[in-house]
Amino acid sequence: MTKTRASGRTVGGLRTLSLQAPAVTLLLLWMIVPLGMTLWFSFQYYNLLMPGMAGFAGLENYEYLLTDPALWKAMGNTLLLVGWVLAITVIGGTLLAVLFQQEFAGRGIARVLAISPFFVMPTVSALVWKNMMMHPSNGVLAWLAESIGLPAVDWFSSLPLTSIVIIVAWQWLPFALLILLTAMQSLDEDQVEAARMDGAGPVAIFFFITLPHLKRAISVVIMIEMIFLLTIFAEIFVTTSGGPGLATTNLAYLIYIRALLDFDVGTASAGGVIAIILANIVAIFLVRMVAKNLEE
Amino acid sequence: MATLQLHNITKRFGDTEVIKGIDLEVNDREFVVFVGPSGCGKSTLMRMIAGLESATDGDILIDGQRINDVGPADRGLAMVFQSYALYPHMTVEGNMGFSMRLAGVPKEERRAKVLEAAKILQLEPLLDRKPKALSGGQRQRVAIGRAIVRNPSIFLFDEPLSNLDAALRVQMRIELARLHDELDATMIYVTHDQIEAMTMADKIVVLHDGVVEQVGSPMALYHHPRNRFVAGFIGSPKMNFLPVTLTGVAPGGVGIRLPGGGERSIPVDGARLEESAALELGVRPEHLVLDEQGPLSGEIKVLERLGGQTSLYVQMDDELVTIMADGHVAYRVNDTVHFGFVPERAHLFDASGLALPSLQQHPLAGLTRHDNRAPGSPSEEPA
Amino acid sequence: MTTLSSKTAAPRSVSGWRSAQSKRAIITVLGWMVALVIFFPIFWMILTGFKTETAAIADPTLIFSPTLESYQAVHARSGYTRFALNSVAVAFGSTFFALLIAIPSAYAMAFLPTKRTKGTLLWMLSTKMLPSVGVLVPIYLIFRDVGLLDTRTGLIIIYTLMNLPIVVWMLYTFFKDMPKDILEAGRMDGASTLQEVFFLLLPLTLPGIASTGLLSVILSWNEAFWSLNLTSSKAAPLTAYIASFSSPEGLFWAKLSAASTMAIAPILILGWMTQKQMVRGLTFGAVK
Repeated sequence: MTKTRASGRTVGGLRTLSLQAPAVTLLLLWMIVPLGMTLWFSFQYYNLLMPGMAGFAGLENYEYLLTDPALWKAMGNTLLLVGWVLAITVIGGTLLAVLFQQEFAGRGIARVLAISPFFVMPTVSALVWKNMMMHPSNGVLAWLAESIGLPAVDWFSSLPLTSIVIIVAWQWLPFALLILLTAMQSLDEDQVEAARMDGAGPVAIFFFITLPHLKRAISVVIMIEMIFLLTIFAEIFVTTSGGPGLATTNLAYLIYIRALLDFDVGTASAGGVIAIILANIVAIFLVRMVAKNLEE
Repeated sequence: MATLQLHNITKRFGDTEVIKGIDLEVNDREFVVFVGPSGCGKSTLMRMIAGLESATDGDILIDGQRINDVGPADRGLAMVFQSYALYPHMTVEGNMGFSMRLAGVPKEERRAKVLEAAKILQLEPLLDRKPKALSGGQRQRVAIGRAIVRNPSIFLFDEPLSNLDAALRVQMRIELARLHDELDATMIYVTHDQIEAMTMADKIVVLHDGVVEQVGSPMALYHHPRNRFVAGFIGSPKMNFLPVTLTGVAPGGVGIRLPGGGERSIPVDGARLEESAALELGVRPEHLVLDEQGPLSGEIKVLERLGGQTSLYVQMDDELVTIMADGHVAYRVNDTVHFGFVPERAHLFDASGLALPSLQQHPLAGLTRHDNRAPGSPSEEPA
Repeated sequence: MTTLSSKTAAPRSVSGWRSAQSKRAIITVLGWMVALVIFFPIFWMILTGFKTETAAIADPTLIFSPTLESYQAVHARSGYTRFALNSVAVAFGSTFFALLIAIPSAYAMAFLPTKRTKGTLLWMLSTKMLPSVGVLVPIYLIFRDVGLLDTRTGLIIIYTLMNLPIVVWMLYTFFKDMPKDILEAGRMDGASTLQEVFFLLLPLTLPGIASTGLLSVILSWNEAFWSLNLTSSKAAPLTAYIASFSSPEGLFWAKLSAASTMAIAPILILGWMTQKQMVRGLTFGAVK
């Protein structure tokens, strides 16, 4: 006889477990199996084109990868891509959030238009930009430049990484805007009015009230974007294929080249492990922050 | 028609004990109010009676049957929640009839019962509305209607009036009292508001830190608080407490020296006092009288004129004493006032905070709300 | 006295009103300009879809005679429908399974929490942070060996798992927001757990469940890492189909635009409808 039956809650331990079991089991498999395999492969000689050569490779894959200039180029590109996109989207997103927080005619529609790029699939946005916007002779940007008497830019050959940054920033700016705008709406109007009574102008209000209020939302934006931006793939895949040369190859694309073009499973896996480690450094901070949020 | 008994009820959440062994008896058709400051465990106690929370230890008996292991729906109880907890996607009729729908009662019968309850609560014109389209007071009545429909042996109310504005609260208070008479049911009511407790209860249970401080009729609690906590909690404005020294114990009362030097004898039983014990005098603001010859004096710090009455806040050494005086007093702030009190209206508390028992029972101490309505009927719970 | 003060105050308040007016005008213009610039590529793409291939690469102009020939061509020649069906099947299939698995789990976490609940939630969140590229190789090899490469089933499995943490998390926050009192009132009224779920929980959280489902559909629809790497022709969804326009010989802007417009239109509309809930899902409730 259990004294706890009446509430149906303390016997819940078992019930909780059984209700959660499917989700937990699947995610556990999803996490452990591929992760374990990646780790295992990264210590193996494993090339699909050379089935004869197999066996334990020790750290050789890592050594090969880490001494490969392509890796460092790719790492550099990854950091540049992440850094620039973050800078553009966070600063731009904050300013836009302030703008779209103001009351104006048709604000609702303008807001919807401004966040739209986020819902466009990456292959579409990359190709629209590559062709219709940035094409050296027929693109809108070239036409604009020529109509004010400037030479047209051949974006993807002369400024390849910049072009990718522009495309990706265009996709993620709305994300920052959307989140920061939502965060802004939870700002207590009374606080702003109190500040105004204290003699704060719009600029002072922005720096002393709005920005501190957005601090948490901004860090969430930074971390979530980082996780996605570290592994940007489709945009590169459909525009530059990592080129010219290695100019736009990031870590994700390099792994793809090694795995599915060179069929070098071992090296690709070693690259995968590095990507996981990088992402986890960010993830730790994000999870910590969400955890803190859960407590409240 | 039901009685409720609690034997040594204990509740622990993890390592914290929130209810520390409570014994209680609720008689048939009684209106019992659990009152106490927030966090005293009154809501937890009610939720255990309801079956929404399990008791860690002890027995809950309804009509003599142990019901610890009976599910909440099968205890014959109905509960009115603080938030009303109406089902927002159902109409008033749907809300009130939900329990019967679950029990498979046919539609016509359901409707008849809902109509019956709606009539008592004047809800008939609202039956097709959703809760969103109702005012606070109407929602409250629907919540009560949902309870009535179940025809429970005991009604449970969890701070039902705390979401209403002051005027509506007074009105609902009256309505609930009327309902109690009409339904002739046992009711248990949780509140932190001592005015609700005083006005509605047959029996008040004062809870503090998970223990029962005192059980009794409203007048018994007011006139004979068992300890300093109850004395301070019941009555508004709060009772004044002054440190006094013991001068002697006689059969007719306890002699004390007041701050300022005056001496008085308070008619309480001081047999258990030791010599020169530290005592505290408790006098309610309404029992302090302005008197030029009074033994106490101090400077007025704040004056609150309510029209009919005036509250004086008087500084006496370290204590700020509240006096409820007549509305016509002409004092101003910073005036010095002299005042005194009738010894029969004063209370003495020993160092542990326990009241010294009065030598005389107050004539109204045994009175309950029902006695107010039907004079002469025997009181249910002589204190 | 009053007349005097109102006289002196009058001019000031008029000029204040004027400056507020002009400030508002500036903001309106600025707001709309920014919105239009950001939206321009999408607008241009939609426009180009109604042009002929020659007009598409001519100098930019808003004046042209619209034609549906690109839409017809996309339909007739490239089997657009097949890719669209793949997208629909994969997005809705994975969403269905994700909800099916996530609802019991979120219910347990919200209403029967244990000491481990919070840890479980955070752990689920952290699986979402595993970069896909880190597990590309093993998933590719497993799929190859069990014959899931280029199948809808394969993508549905991947997307279900990919979205599961977000779906659980979102449902959890919606369930958590449901007033406990209402469920307790239901229990007092005699509802069993199943009745509680079907009569109270599901009807009351339906909007939340719906927006969770929509977010999952949107994320699956737009996913372009796994679809590019795990499908080739048979099960390729629209993301992969659009990518095929990147090869130089496939450079037909009008057709690309027509196909793209069809590919993004439904999601764009869904996205507009659910932006509020998106924030909640995408930030794991850290921003409300």
